[in-house]
Amino acid sequence: MLTYISNIIFIALLSTAVYFFTKNIKKIIRNINLGQDQDLTDNKVQRWGIMARVAMGQSKMITRPVAGIMHLFVYVGFILINIEVLEIIIDGILGTHRILSFMGGFYNFLIGFFEVLALLVLVGVIVFWARRNVVKLKRFTATEMKGWAVTDANNILYIEIVLMTAVLMMNGADHALQLANYPHYTQAGSFPISSVLFGWLQGMNPTTLMVIERACWWLHIIGIFLFLNYLPISKHLHILLAFPNVWYSNLAAKGKFKNNPDITREVNLMLNPSATIDPNAAPPKFGAKDVNDLSWIQLLNAYSCTECGRCTSNCPANQTGKLLSPRKIMMDTRDRMEEVGKNIDTKGVDFNDGKALVGNYITAEELWACTSCNACVESCPINIDPLSIIMDLRQYLVLEKSEAPQSLNSMFTNIENNGAPWQYSQADRLKWANE
Amino acid sequence: MNALNVKTVADYTAQGTKPDILFWVGCAGSFDDRAKKITKAIVKILNHVDIKYAVLGAEESCTGDPAKRAGNEFLFQMQAMSNIAILNGYEVKKIVTACPHCFNTLKNEYPELGGHYEVIHHTQLLQELIDSGKLKVEGGTFKGKKITFHDPCYLGRANGEYLAPRAVIEKLDVELVEMKRCKTNGLCCGAGGAQMFKEAEKGTKEVNIERTEDVLESKATIVAAGCPFCNTMLTDGLKHYNKQDEIQVMDIAEMIAQAADL
Ligand code: SF4
Ligand code: SF4
Repeated sequence: MLTYISNIIFIALLSTAVYFFTKNIKKIIRNINLGQDQDLTDNKVQRWGIMARVAMGQSKMITRPVAGIMHLFVYVGFILINIEVLEIIIDGILGTHRILSFMGGFYNFLIGFFEVLALLVLVGVIVFWARRNVVKLKRFTATEMKGWAVTDANNILYIEIVLMTAVLMMNGADHALQLANYPHYTQAGSFPISSVLFGWLQGMNPTTLMVIERACWWLHIIGIFLFLNYLPISKHLHILLAFPNVWYSNLAAKGKFKNNPDITREVNLMLNPSATIDPNAAPPKFGAKDVNDLSWIQLLNAYSCTECGRCTSNCPANQTGKLLSPRKIMMDTRDRMEEVGKNIDTKGVDFNDGKALVGNYITAEELWACTSCNACVESCPINIDPLSIIMDLRQYLVLEKSEAPQSLNSMFTNIENNGAPWQYSQADRLKWANE
Repeated sequence: MNALNVKTVADYTAQGTKPDILFWVGCAGSFDDRAKKITKAIVKILNHVDIKYAVLGAEESCTGDPAKRAGNEFLFQMQAMSNIAILNGYEVKKIVTACPHCFNTLKNEYPELGGHYEVIHHTQLLQELIDSGKLKVEGGTFKGKKITFHDPCYLGRANGEYLAPRAVIEKLDVELVEMKRCKTNGLCCGAGGAQMFKEAEKGTKEVNIERTEDVLESKATIVAAGCPFCNTMLTDGLKHYNKQDEIQVMDIAEMIAQAADL
């Protein structure tokens, strides 16, 4: 029995991790589905292409070369090293050691390659940490980057440092044991990095080495289980959601803003008095007040946001000191969605906390500063569209609350009365031809 | 008929014919003193190349773009529906406009509401005319000058057109220099999203001042614009720095009309 104890502990941990992860992901999916329907399943071929380029190929990351390359290290490292995690899981369940080593030379190559990747991940993560904490780049210290946003960003970096160090140290100890021809430690793998970084382990007492090797093995895999369950409360969720998020990108011209179909119906009724009103039609919705008025893709955008701040650093309003920050728009949307989700969990679906995205999270002042320039949309590495949310919230302010700035109300009146945003008569539209 | 020989679509209809292309003048182009000069430059070019074009004149009305961007979707759709009724009534097929906002709205937002037209920006038309040999231009007074182009958000990022304006400018034998923020990375002039019609929110600077600094840094003596609103914002920005005598803001159509001696 005792021989199986570690297998049993491992299986228990694995199932617990998967159980909680699934549970939290389901909640996130439910929250995203609080949003309105929007069909984005057209042009599948094009969508797979965009996903391959932008999400897998990271094509928009390289516009900022340092961050782009470092991120590539971490991204590739993360994905490929997970192949090794597969082996770790099988070893954990079966109680074997390096079960895939039968692949021989190829296995040795892989392990060596993973070590190089682990080192690159470490380099990337340390550079990232320094950019946030030493260099203090502006986009990481802006107003919305406080509290959890800062802690979260650093947590991710610390976790990755621990994980990578654990892998390398585990290999280092394993290598030392292999050199000592210790039983159970099959001669397998190549250790270009760990034999340098952890070469000092060689020649140590085998029992100590075994303790180190096992401790690092457990630390690494438990770390991964914890990390998995950290994702749902972190911006690191983007490692999963970036892919669907990019797949569902807006394929139309960025300048095309959606026409509210409810308003089209109303306008048609006004222009065509003989049209009949459908008594069963839902009351028309003008813009968005809260997260459930937004569409599901806008909510998926919010959960996918990496909080990188590229949008905000390119935003003309933000650059000139206005309150508006497109990143904050996304973070607020996510925070509000989480709040609404918690309310559903604890107080039932019908509970109304009297709060809303507009007002409690995002102020009118922020919304009115937007020039609709699309710089945020263009700069987002995963094709998030903060502008669409800003426009929906503006529509709510104007049509539901009649809270447009006074000068804009005058502009509306001018358009209504004389077909131009200024006070000129429509009859004079061709006057220039005689001047 | 008016002094500039501009016909309306109604004039064509009265004669039982139709124009090949509608010139959508837009509100700025119709009423704003600075933008009217751009309108006239375009008309001179269109007259010169002998295209069958027409304007809507008093039948034209705001596309509704500023209303939509300011959140008044209702007013936007009312404007769109009545414009579409007129455009469809005249069986308009192709539209050219010098305003990227009109361009974007007509091209992207009208189709769903029943208005299907081929819509082009005037810089695209100019490129077409020059490439097909219908319009011949030489550098003239522009030759060798340092010129930069300010990408209008609604032509560039919004519709992906970065090349046509540059191709036209380059026909003038000039030295085209780019600002540090250009093309996909171009900085807004500050007028879009209905900002033109309201005071800016509290901040540390006006957006057009920030953009004007890019212009100054480029050392260009002419900023080419492709939007009447950018034109205003940049002109104001240059005045702010007291550079209005050293650096000119010109629409590409004005540059072409001047180079072609029209
Ligand atoms: S569209 Fe609005 S929020 Fe986005 S960058 Fe431009 S001004 Fe900022
Ligand atoms: S919206 Fe995009 S660019 Fe902006 S912070 Fe989020 S991921 Fe970065």
